[in-house]
Parts: sequence; structure tokens; C-alpha cells
Amino acid sequence: MTQNSHNSVFVRKVDAETLPPPQNEMGIRGWLWRNLLYSVTDYSSVSAALRSLAMIFFTVLVSYVGLTQLWLLLDFVFFSAVWSDPTGIKREACWTLSQGGTLPDDWHAACWPFIFAKLKFLAYGPYPMDELWRVNVTGLLGLAGLCWVLIEALPYRRLVGVLMLTAYPVIALILLTGGASEANYFNATAYIFVGLALITVGRLGQRDLLGIVASDFASIIGFVGWSLIVFQVLMLIFSVDVGLKPVGTGDWGGLMITLVVAVTGIVVSLPLGVILALGRRSNMPVARLLCTIFIEFWRGVPLISVLFMASVMIPLFLPEGVNFDKLMRALIGVMLFSAAYMAEVVRGGLQAIDKGQYEAAEAMGLTYWQSMRQIILPQALTHVIPGIVNTFIGLFKDTTLVSIIGLFDLLGAGKSAIADASWSSPVQAISIYLFVGFIFFIFCFGMSRYSIFMENKLSKSRSH
Amino acid sequence: MAGKSRTSSNMVVKDEVMISMQAVNKWFGNFHVLKDINLTVNKGERIVICGPSGSGKSTLIRCLNRLEEHQAGTIKVQGIELNNDLKKIDEIRREVGMVFQHFNLFPHLTILENCTLAPIWVRKTPKADAEAIAMKYLERVKIPEQAHKYPGQLSGGQQQRVAIARSLCMEPKLMLFDEPTSALDPEMIKEVLDTMVSLAEDGMSMICVTHEMGFARKVANRVIFMDEGQIVEQNEPEEFFQNPQSDRTKLFLSQILGH
Ligand SMILES: Nc1ncnc2c1ncn2[C@@H]1O[C@H](COP(=O)(O)OP(=O)(O)O)[C@@H](O)[C@H]1O
Ligand SMILES: [Mg+2]
Repeated sequence: MTQNSHNSVFVRKVDAETLPPPQNEMGIRGWLWRNLLYSVTDYSSVSAALRSLAMIFFTVLVSYVGLTQLWLLLDFVFFSAVWSDPTGIKREACWTLSQGGTLPDDWHAACWPFIFAKLKFLAYGPYPMDELWRVNVTGLLGLAGLCWVLIEALPYRRLVGVLMLTAYPVIALILLTGGASEANYFNATAYIFVGLALITVGRLGQRDLLGIVASDFASIIGFVGWSLIVFQVLMLIFSVDVGLKPVGTGDWGGLMITLVVAVTGIVVSLPLGVILALGRRSNMPVARLLCTIFIEFWRGVPLISVLFMASVMIPLFLPEGVNFDKLMRALIGVMLFSAAYMAEVVRGGLQAIDKGQYEAAEAMGLTYWQSMRQIILPQALTHVIPGIVNTFIGLFKDTTLVSIIGLFDLLGAGKSAIADASWSSPVQAISIYLFVGFIFFIFCFGMSRYSIFMENKLSKSRSH
Repeated sequence: MAGKSRTSSNMVVKDEVMISMQAVNKWFGNFHVLKDINLTVNKGERIVICGPSGSGKSTLIRCLNRLEEHQAGTIKVQGIELNNDLKKIDEIRREVGMVFQHFNLFPHLTILENCTLAPIWVRKTPKADAEAIAMKYLERVKIPEQAHKYPGQLSGGQQQRVAIARSLCMEPKLMLFDEPTSALDPEMIKEVLDTMVSLAEDGMSMICVTHEMGFARKVANRVIFMDEGQIVEQNEPEEFFQNPQSDRTKLFLSQILGH
């Protein structure tokens, strides 16, 4: 086994043994070594010793500060908190002796009875009490559908997904508003006929029967026709009286509005963002210009001013008597705003795709949309999952801004709960803000975890 | 090796023209990359294109399936002229397979999915049939056992063979190869070349950009030498290598053959 380094001729006669790794690499000892001891056990020189000592000092300091803060929080929220108000004295349940209550003077912790009392209001806002089941059914249906789509083991995931994107919004809207909106049957019929005409023109154009109409343009005409018909049919569906008591969006509030705005924003912004991103990279100058202008405009204005304009400016331009729902306006604002951000995230992903992928797809004869759908987007979107979820989370938290136009989202509902004098106490505000903050955290953290799960799954299946 | 394994040129169908390029010119901006290219390829021909880097070899074969657009002259593939008519371009791309230097497999799809994608979406073959075809060609390139792996799990040589199988799944009439072995480690070049040789022996029409002169000798019935965007010399392989006419060809051959 000895090897003479001066001798340039060497032939191995015995194979080198395959040995297990050193102890430090394995098991609990290895873990402790790598994560804790490795940086603090080297005293072989003055500088190494100083570094080790500094590491010990900072480890202890950070642990101490972190743990004491955590303890303070837990103590505030759980151990010292007031949990019940059996005698129904409301605010006095959370008063200290000097304030006229029964708690010790140095007491400072969460007032849970207040939150329990406001739970319904935080969840539904001023939605009529007798009709809450409608919100619950909508929510449970949505949750069930979402879980079905997210859990890989279940069958028919694609079908459920399609239903969640088509039938579910219609059902949800009818349940939540009660349907029976006003409809002008004459106009609706007229529009449907116009739509049919447009579809026919589109069809003819695609078969080169009209000569002048290029086939791209024909598909756009056909698409407009379809949209018109779908829209009018939806309006007719919404006008059917299903016997539910109408509840205007003005009576919606709390977590319910937060979720409606966030979910609509999330569901619409991704496909819209993808289309905008593709448009911005397309060869067609008009599409590129329009998409670029759209993206830069919506990224250039703050969401607050978008919402403000949606609620104040748009009505000025609409003709007298046309009443465009306030929530609807906010929704559109949020959707377009987040679509612009999404578009830039997706564009980043598209840029990371090798040119060879496009060429291979083209050389096989895939059409533009086929190669986008099958080759480019699956890869591009996988690359930017963190960015996409980042945008989702940002959007979720930005929904709090709808309170600027008088919609009571979760945070707004919390604020107006604080204004309730019958529960007024020094810990009233902080209790509710902690609670509301916690709800936001759960949703955002959930999205973050799911995205990490997806990333791991995708990277596992695709690499070595 | 020349005599025995040399693919006989009687597979060439003289009167069935696969490709005709007439006075083709192309520019990248001001740069004149293809200059007056005239080339006719008959069915069953195996053509090797060589030449120094940057001489326009890739551009030339990429014009044949419209990955690049030519600006002057006419290119006909199977009698269909390449112009801005998208339907005709799609028609040609269905019949012309292409293998790239860097394989360009789709990393998010399994080997089998890579191979069935185009038949399913372009030819509208039912999935089961497409999979049967894919397995047939994966066996042909000798890696059926890798069908359910992802491209990232395969060696370079295996990936390039998958890329060849993927093209074959469209049952093309003509195969274009753009330096299929240049990105491979030396020990993997042979397995890819063997695959290509066996394709040639089955009578596939092919145009290969390659510097593998052994391959050219073995299967090509014509070798084309390009320099600075022009076809400088073309000849049968024996003549081409033993008796090059142009000085540029001599220089090039001495550079790649002699050390
Ligand atoms: N898309 C392009 N835009 C501008 N110049 C290009 C482009 N593609 C290739 N070229 C140039 O055209 C010349 C020929 O390129 P190419 O056909 O790839 O050569 P080869 O394959 O023979 O090495 C090179 O000088 C290259 O720099
Ligand atoms: Mg090249």
C-alpha cells in the first residue's frame, strides 16, 4: 500500500479498503457536532479560541432573548389570560383591582371572553345571523374542494379542480348573495344572439372562409362571442329566485370578506399573470406593448389608490343609475393589481428556460399554445413557486386595505370590535390584534408550507 | 472498414427529391451567414456537413425546419415550399425530426412522456398507441428499461439516444442531426454513433452536422464542406477525404485529422 511519491511508476496491487465515515458524521453525535459543537470547540489558536468564545456568547444570548420573549408571549396568551366570563360582567372581567375589577394590579394578559364574544362578528361581519349557514356551506364546500385538489391520492382531482373553478364560484355567489338579482331578459337574449353571431364569424374565419379575417383574429372574435354568452347566461342564472333571502355585499364582513377577496385575487391573478407574461414576451408588437403598458401601470400605482379610485372614481364615469357593486370593484382592483405582479414573477420563470426547450418543442411541430402548456409553463412555474407564493401571501395581507373603501375585512371587523365600549379594557385592543394577526399568520404560513412541500416533491421527482 | 460496413448507396431513390435548396441566402442583421446555398437531397441519402465553427452549418439545417427563416431563395421539403404559411411549416415539422447538440430533452417529463408528447399532441395518436410506439423506438436505441426515469437521471449518451428515439416516434421521413456527439464525453460517443449508423442502414434519409469523420466514411454518401456561409466542396466520402480539391478543405481536414 505504500506509495513512493518520487517514483512516477505505480501499479496498485491491493484495492483500498472501503471504510465507514468518521464518528463525527453520523447519528445524534454527528448532528450535535455539525449544528452546535463544531463552531465552539476549536481552541487551538488564539483567534480560533476567540471565535469559539464569541460563538458561545452569541448562542447563549440569542437563546436567552428568544426564549424569554416566547415565554412572555405564551404567558400573555395562555397562562395568565382570562378565559371565561361566567357571570356575564363583560368588560369588568378583564379589569384589574385599580380599574374596578378583580384581577391583580400587575395583570396584563389576553382577554379571551371578549374574543369569544366577537368571534361571529370577526368571521362574518354584519351578515344576518339566521343566514350564517349559507356562508358556512360555501366555506366548507370550498375547503373540501381545495383539500380534494391538493391531496394527491384522491381520484378525479382534475374534474374536481375544474368544478371548483367553474361551478363553485357560481354556487358560492348565489349562496352568499341569495341570487335573484335583477335581469333584463330582453337585453340578455339580444346579447346571446350577438355572441352566437360572433362565434359563427370566428368559426368561418378559422376555416379561411372569410378570406380577410386571419385565423388568430378569428379566434379572438370567437372568444369574445363565447365570453358574451357565458356572461349573459351567468347573469340569467343569478337572476333565478332560489328562495334565499337576499344579502347585499354591504352586509358581508370579517374573515369572510378577507377570504372572498384573497381567494378571488389568487385564483384570477395566476392565469391572468401567465397570459400577461406570455404577452410581454410575445413576437407580436401590439400584444407586447399592451401587456407591458398594463403591467407597468398596475405596478406603478399603490394598491390603496387603486382601491380608492375603484370606489370613488369609477362611479363618476358610470352613467346615472348604474350601480356597480362596491365589493366587485374592489375585487377587480385587487385582481388586476396582483396579476401585474404575478406576470413579472412568471416572466422571471420564463426567462430561466433554455432556448433549446422552445426549439425542441417547435421542431416537433407543437403549436405555440401546446408548447407553452406542455413544455414551457410547467417548468417556468416550478422555478418560481417561491415567487408565486410570495405574491399570494402579499395579496392575502393586502386585502386588509379594502377597509379604506369601507369594506369590513377581518382587520376592519377587529377594529370595530374594539370600538365596543361594553368590552372596553386596557387589553381589549392588543387581544384582538394578536388574534387577528394569528389568523393571518395561519393562512400565510399554510401557503408557505404547502409551497415548500410542492418544491420538494417536484425537485425530488426530477433530479438525480 | 470501408468496404464491408459501408452502407450501400443504392438505397438512394434518385428521382424522389427530399429537399431542394435554390440560391438560399440568409442574414443575421448585416451578417451574411448563408451565401447562395444550392443543395438537393434525394430520398435515402445520408449527408454529412462539416466545416469550421461559425461557418453556418447549424443555420443551414435549422432553415430546413424553419427554426431559422431564410430571406432569399427557395427551400422545398418534400415538395412543400417553406414560407410564412404556418400550416405548411407544421406539416414539414411533422415529417422532419431533429436532434440537437444539447439533447434538449424535457426535464420535467419522463423518458416515455418525452417520447409520446409529440405523437399525442401533434399526430393525435391515442395515448396507448403512442406509448407502444415509444417503447418500440426506445428498444431500438437500446434503453427501454429507462422509460420511467427522468432525463436528469440518465448519462449524456443515454439522453442523446432518447432524443433520437423521441424524434423517431414521429416516424419522420428525414432526420436532421446538429453535432449530436459534440457535447458527449468520449466514452459515450460510440453508443450514439452506433444508433445513427443503424438508422442509416435502415434507409433513413439524414443530414448530419458532425466532425466524426469515421462516421462520415461509414455511412455518408456525400460529404459537404462549408466555410464562411458557403458550400465549398462536396463529394463522395472516399474522394472527399483522400483527394480534397479546395485549399480550405485541405486545411480543415489537416486540422481535424492530423496531430
Ligand atoms: N441568432 C443569431 N443571431 C446572430 N448571429 C447568429 C445567430 N445564430 C448564429 N449566428 C452567427 O452565425 C454564424 C453561423 O452560426 P452557426 O450556423 O451556428 O455556425 P456553426 O453551426 O457552423 O458553428 C456564427 O458566426 C454565429 O455567430
Ligand atoms: Mg453549430
